[in-house]
Amino acid sequence: MKYLERRVIHGILLLLGVSVLCFLFSDLAPGSFFDEMKLNPQISSETVAALRSQYGLDQSLPVRYGRWVKSVARGDWGYSFAYNAPVRSLLIVRARNTLLLTSLATLLAWMIAIPLGVWTASRRGRWEDRLTMAGTSFFLAVPELVVALGFLFWVVRTRALPAGGMVSVGFDNLGSWAKLGDLAAHLVVPVTILVLASLPILVRHVRAGMLGVLKAPFIQAARGHGIGRLTLLFRFALPAAANPLISLFGLSIAGLLSGSLLVEVIMGWPGLGPLLLEASVSRDIYVVVGAVMASALFMLMGSFLADVMLVLLDPRVRVE
Amino acid sequence: MGIESAAKPEVKAALMRTRGLSKQFVQRSPFSRKKFVIDALVDVDLELAPGCLTALVGESGSGKSTLASCLALLEKPDRGGIWFEGNEISRCDAEELATLRPKIQMVFQDSAGALNPRFSAGQIIAEPLEIQGRATGRNLRLRACELMEEVGLSPDWVDRRPSQFSGGQRQRLAIARAIALQPAFLILDESLSGLDLSTQAQILNLLLDLQTTHALTYLLISHDLSLVGQVADFVAVMQQGRIVEQGTPQKIFAHPEHPHTRDLLNSCRVIESAFRTAQAGGRS
Repeated sequence: MKYLERRVIHGILLLLGVSVLCFLFSDLAPGSFFDEMKLNPQISSETVAALRSQYGLDQSLPVRYGRWVKSVARGDWGYSFAYNAPVRSLLIVRARNTLLLTSLATLLAWMIAIPLGVWTASRRGRWEDRLTMAGTSFFLAVPELVVALGFLFWVVRTRALPAGGMVSVGFDNLGSWAKLGDLAAHLVVPVTILVLASLPILVRHVRAGMLGVLKAPFIQAARGHGIGRLTLLFRFALPAAANPLISLFGLSIAGLLSGSLLVEVIMGWPGLGPLLLEASVSRDIYVVVGAVMASALFMLMGSFLADVMLVLLDPRVRVE
Repeated sequence: MGIESAAKPEVKAALMRTRGLSKQFVQRSPFSRKKFVIDALVDVDLELAPGCLTALVGESGSGKSTLASCLALLEKPDRGGIWFEGNEISRCDAEELATLRPKIQMVFQDSAGALNPRFSAGQIIAEPLEIQGRATGRNLRLRACELMEEVGLSPDWVDRRPSQFSGGQRQRLAIARAIALQPAFLILDESLSGLDLSTQAQILNLLLDLQTTHALTYLLISHDLSLVGQVADFVAVMQQGRIVEQGTPQKIFAHPEHPHTRDLLNSCRVIESAFRTAQAGGRS
């Protein structure tokens, strides 16, 4: 598979580029984690200088980057000043939580978008289609933050669902089924917000792709052979419209990740979002770099997944 | 090409007949109450003699393709009726449609768009057989190979995809798919346009051979008047949704009655002579 090999090499180069930019930009930002200590009269400037040299912050940027790359190659992602813990263990838990949220939201959004888009395309111009299009326009126009806050407002008023966090107090004492139920209840609000935010674009793309294909003569020919409506839509038209949608699938994972950072902060979901925000504010540089790299990795994995699907699903890509 | 058109039988009971066929397309502007009404078909009366090739000519937008879609039962006319083998078919229910569809097939102009790009040649030809439940499993493939041979394609290419065929070969594939259900009536919607002259001649000869072996009735939609003059048994001229003149090509080309037919013939001659002048100019 020449195609996929090339994609992997591109991905590695891209990650390297992201890490270089990350270091560069964090260096451009004024101050460091230890600068606030200088204001504290109880800590001598010698101590601060010693800490700086202990963590290697007194070195030049290329040296620090070189050291970082070497240690990452060994599996060590550096040390968090603020959490006083290795970045790796910090990231793994946070990344797992973010992945749980985004993968669930992506899956759900596509499971709704495909049938809805296909259906509205087949009912083009009728009231069902118009209503769906009006709805998607509405959610496209309203900022994600407003949707999130509106939904949160409703949840808090009705107390129907937990309005923040990932688990309830006393989670550890619950049985395994109750644990799952508690987690699911906490997932409802953030997942719904993420789905509402990404769904309109997906539905519109599925619909537009289907409309383009439904006009094609081979669809007319199949109708002329007396094909059933559902077979026509899902077996003939949808695969023909699928390629741009698969690429969009990769993009939607990336979009959901950036969207989820915001939702995580609002909802107090212990994912990469709040971690990245806190780390940026306190200049906890290795956590920032690590979190950005993790997001970039997810994004790449999303588009890589889309590429693999393209190869598997489209015989033409395989031939080329 | 060795095509004779004079020896065909005279009109028997028509295989397909339309009376007062009308179709309008309405476009609404989203910002005002104005409507744009396009009369695609206006009171079209057409008779298609069995075993004959009837040509439908006319300028772009004259309603030829709309008429073809109505005859192929892909679109419903607003008014008027269509009779096929003596039965009214324009208001059929789904069940009757299912039995009718195999008898009426269409070959499109754009052979690349008419073939599902994800299917192999074998799957494309077998598709109508599978839909209609005429064959299953291994038989589908066997039948596809037979049909490929019948239209002059090597059965070795059964696993190739449409993009690996030339334009002429793709049109042969489309024809193989169209005759797979053994139709009585084949609509050729500009099927010969966009092919070079020698390929056009080959495909035309294939179509004429198939006409005799399968007892097919053709409706050829074309803007190529010289081609129509050579192969058609009957010609119908369309303008702005109406059929303005119909008859044998000898009569229509020698003594056009309607001014629009004369315009069409003249414009054809103007282009031909302009082409010759340009060629002569280029050589000198």
